[in-house]
Amino acid sequence: MTSSAMPPVSPVPEPQAAAAAAPATGPVGTLLTERPPVAATSGPMIAIDGVSKWYGDFQVLTNCTTSVTKGEVVVVCGPSGSGKSTLIKCVNALEPFQKGQITVDGTQIANKKTNLPKLRSRVGMVFQHFELFPHLSITDNLSLAQRKVLGRSKDEAQAKGLALLERVGLKAHAHKFPGQLSGGQQQRVAIARALAMNPIVMLFDEPTSALDPEMVGEVLDVMVELAREGMTMMVVTHEMGFARKVANRVIFMDKGEIVEDAQKEEFFGSPRSERAQTFLSRILQH
Amino acid sequence: MNYNWNWGIFFEQSPEGTGSYADMLLSGLVWTIVTALCAWVIAFAVGSVIGVLRTLPSRAAQAIGNAYVELFRNIPLLVQMFLWYFVLPEMLPESWGTWLKQLPNAPFYTAVVCLGFFTASRVAEQVRAGIQALPRGQRMAGTALGLTTAQTYRYVLLPNAYRIILPPLTSEFLNNLKNTSVALTIGLLELTARARAMQEFSFQVFEAFTAATIIYIVINLLVVAVAGLIERRVAVPGR
Amino acid sequence: MFSNFDFSVILNSWRYLFFDGMAFTLTLTALAAVGGVVLGTLIAMMRLSSVPVLPQIAKVYVNFMRSLPLVLVIFWFYFLVPYIGQWIIGAERPIQVGAFSSSLITFTLFEAAYFSEIMRAGIQSIPKGQGAAASALGLTYWQSMGSVILPQAFRNMLPVLLTQTIVLFQDTSLVYVLSITDFLGAASKIAQRDGRLVEMYLFAAVVYFAVCFIASLLVRRLQRRVAIIR
Repeated sequence: MTSSAMPPVSPVPEPQAAAAAAPATGPVGTLLTERPPVAATSGPMIAIDGVSKWYGDFQVLTNCTTSVTKGEVVVVCGPSGSGKSTLIKCVNALEPFQKGQITVDGTQIANKKTNLPKLRSRVGMVFQHFELFPHLSITDNLSLAQRKVLGRSKDEAQAKGLALLERVGLKAHAHKFPGQLSGGQQQRVAIARALAMNPIVMLFDEPTSALDPEMVGEVLDVMVELAREGMTMMVVTHEMGFARKVANRVIFMDKGEIVEDAQKEEFFGSPRSERAQTFLSRILQH
Repeated sequence: MNYNWNWGIFFEQSPEGTGSYADMLLSGLVWTIVTALCAWVIAFAVGSVIGVLRTLPSRAAQAIGNAYVELFRNIPLLVQMFLWYFVLPEMLPESWGTWLKQLPNAPFYTAVVCLGFFTASRVAEQVRAGIQALPRGQRMAGTALGLTTAQTYRYVLLPNAYRIILPPLTSEFLNNLKNTSVALTIGLLELTARARAMQEFSFQVFEAFTAATIIYIVINLLVVAVAGLIERRVAVPGR
Repeated sequence: MFSNFDFSVILNSWRYLFFDGMAFTLTLTALAAVGGVVLGTLIAMMRLSSVPVLPQIAKVYVNFMRSLPLVLVIFWFYFLVPYIGQWIIGAERPIQVGAFSSSLITFTLFEAAYFSEIMRAGIQSIPKGQGAAASALGLTYWQSMGSVILPQAFRNMLPVLLTQTIVLFQDTSLVYVLSITDFLGAASKIAQRDGRLVEMYLFAAVVYFAVCFIASLLVRRLQRRVAIIR
C-alpha cells in the first residue's frame, strides 16, 4: 500500500450514530455566543519559533517551528512520546521551554513581563483527562474562572455557562457534579468551560484519547461544530477522520521534531517523509 | 534582648555537687536513651503480638487486638504515666503495692513499662498495616505448602511485613524516644528534666534548652542514619 | 477492690473539672487546631513551592519541630515568648504572657509542623492536571490554590486532620508541666488537695478515653462518607 490512497474508516460517527449515542447533542445553534474577539495583530495567532526543551539531559522538543493563523484548524499528530502534547502545553506556558520563542496574538509568552494568567484566560485549553474540578458543580466549574479572572458577576457567569451547556447539549446536568457524568459528557463540559472565557484560540490536548470509544463521537461533533464556526484551533489528536473533515493543516511530529507540516490534502495524499507514511499506514489500518 | 548569655555555664559546677552542668545533661541523656531502648523492647514484642492478633481470622483475636489499641491510643500518655505510677500500686494487694512503691528507681521502671505498652499500640498498628499490605497470595502460598498459621507468620508474613514498615517503625522509635520526656512528671531525671533543672539552678534558660535541643536533634539524625543502614542491610535483592 | 474508694470527690468537683479544666482544654485544642491547620497549609505550600529557598526553610522548620519532645517545646516557648514579645514591641523588660497565650502559641507552632505534612500529602494527592487546568483558565497561583487545589486537598485530608486534632487534644494535657489548670491539671489539683489520686486519675482517664474514642468513631464514619466524588 503506497501513499495511503485507501479510504480510511472515519472514526467520526455518522450523524445518526452520534445522535443515538448522545440524543441530547443534536444539531445545536452556534457554540460561539459571540464572535471571537478580534486579534490584536494581523500576524499569526500562534507563532512557534525554534522551540527546544529538555528534561535534564533528555531532549523532548528539538527546534520546533510552525504557526497557526486566525481561523485555521491545525491538527498535530504523531506516535506517543513524540512531544506533541508537550509542544501544545508550551503554547500557553504550562510547560516551560529552554530555547526559542512562542508568541500568542503578538505576545511573547516566555517574556517575564507577560501577564500569564491574563494571556491564558484568552487561550482555551481542553485536556486529555478533562480536569473538571471534582469538588465544584458543573455550573460552578463553568463560572469559577469567569468570575475570578474576568470579574463577571455571578448571574452573568451562570447565564453564560448555561447558554454554553445548552449548546453542548448538557443543560439538564448543570446542577450535577463532574463525577456524576460520563467521560464524553465531562469533556463537553470542559469544552464549554474553555469557551466561556471567550478565547481567541482553542488548544486541544488529545481530547478523546481517554474516552470510551462510544463517547468519542459526541465530543468530536462539538469540535467539528466549533471549527466550522471559524474558531482558531490547535488539536493534538489521533482522530484522522476529524483531521480529514475539518483540518486545514496537519503537523506530524516524531521524537520531538516537526517532521511534516503540510496542507491536509497534501498530508493525506502524499506525505513526504517515510516516518509519516509508516505512521499513517499504521493508524489507518485499524 | 536584655538577657545575660553565659555559654561557659556548662563547665560550672552544678549545685548537686556531682559535676558540671554538662555532666548533668549527659546523665540525663543516658537516662533518656536507656529508658527509650528498654521501652522499645516491650513495645516491639507486645506490638508485634497485638498487630498479628488483628490480622488473624479469629474474631476473638481481632477483638482483643482492637481493644488493646483503642485503650492505649485514646488516653493521653501523661495520664497513663499517672495511672501506672500513682494508681496501680493502690489497686494491687497491699504487700505488692508497698513493694512497688519502695522500689529504687521506681520512676524508671514505671516509665519503661508505661512507654512500652503505650508505644506497643502504635507498633501494632504498623505491624497490622504491614501484614495487610502483603499480597493475599503469600498467606495462601504458605498454607498451601503445609505451614501452620504460626509458621506462616514466622517465616513468610512477618519477615516481609517488618521490611515494609521499617520507615514508620523508625519514626515510632523516635516518638518513643521523645516521649521519655513525659516521664519527668513522675520524677525520671531524663534529658528535658535535667535541662529544666539546670535552668532553675542557674537561670541560664536558653543555654540549657539550646543544649537539650541540639542533643535531641543529633540523636534524631543518628537514629535516622542507623535506620537507613538497617534498611539497606535487610533489603531483599531485586526489589 | 473499689471498697475504700471515695467517688464523692468527683461529684463534689465536677463543675470545676469541666467548667474550668475541660473548657480550657477544649478551647486550647480548637484554637490551636485552626491556627495549626492555617499555618501548616502555608508551610506545605512553601514546601511545594518552586521559589528558591522557600522549600528548604519549610523543611528545616518541620524537621526541627518534629525532632523535639513536646515537653521541651512547651518549656522553650514558656520562657522565650516573653522575650520575643519584648523584642517585637520594644519594651523595657520581657513582657508578661499568660499561660493560655503561651500554650496557644506553642501548640499552634508545634502542631503546624504535623499539619503541614498532612496538607502536603493532600496537595500532592490532587492530580497535576487540576493545577494545569486552573492555570489554563487564567487563574493565578493564589486563586488556583484557593478555589481548586486546597478545597480538594482539605476535603481529602479531613479525616486525617481530625485524627491529628484528637492527638492534639491529648497532647494539651502536657501543659500540666506549667501547672496550668487544664482538665488534667484540675483533676490533679483536686487529687492533691483531697488526697484522692486514685479516684481522680482514673476518672480523668475515663473521660479522656470516652471523648477520644467517640471522636475517633465519628472520624471513621466521616471517612467512609467523604470519599471524594471523582
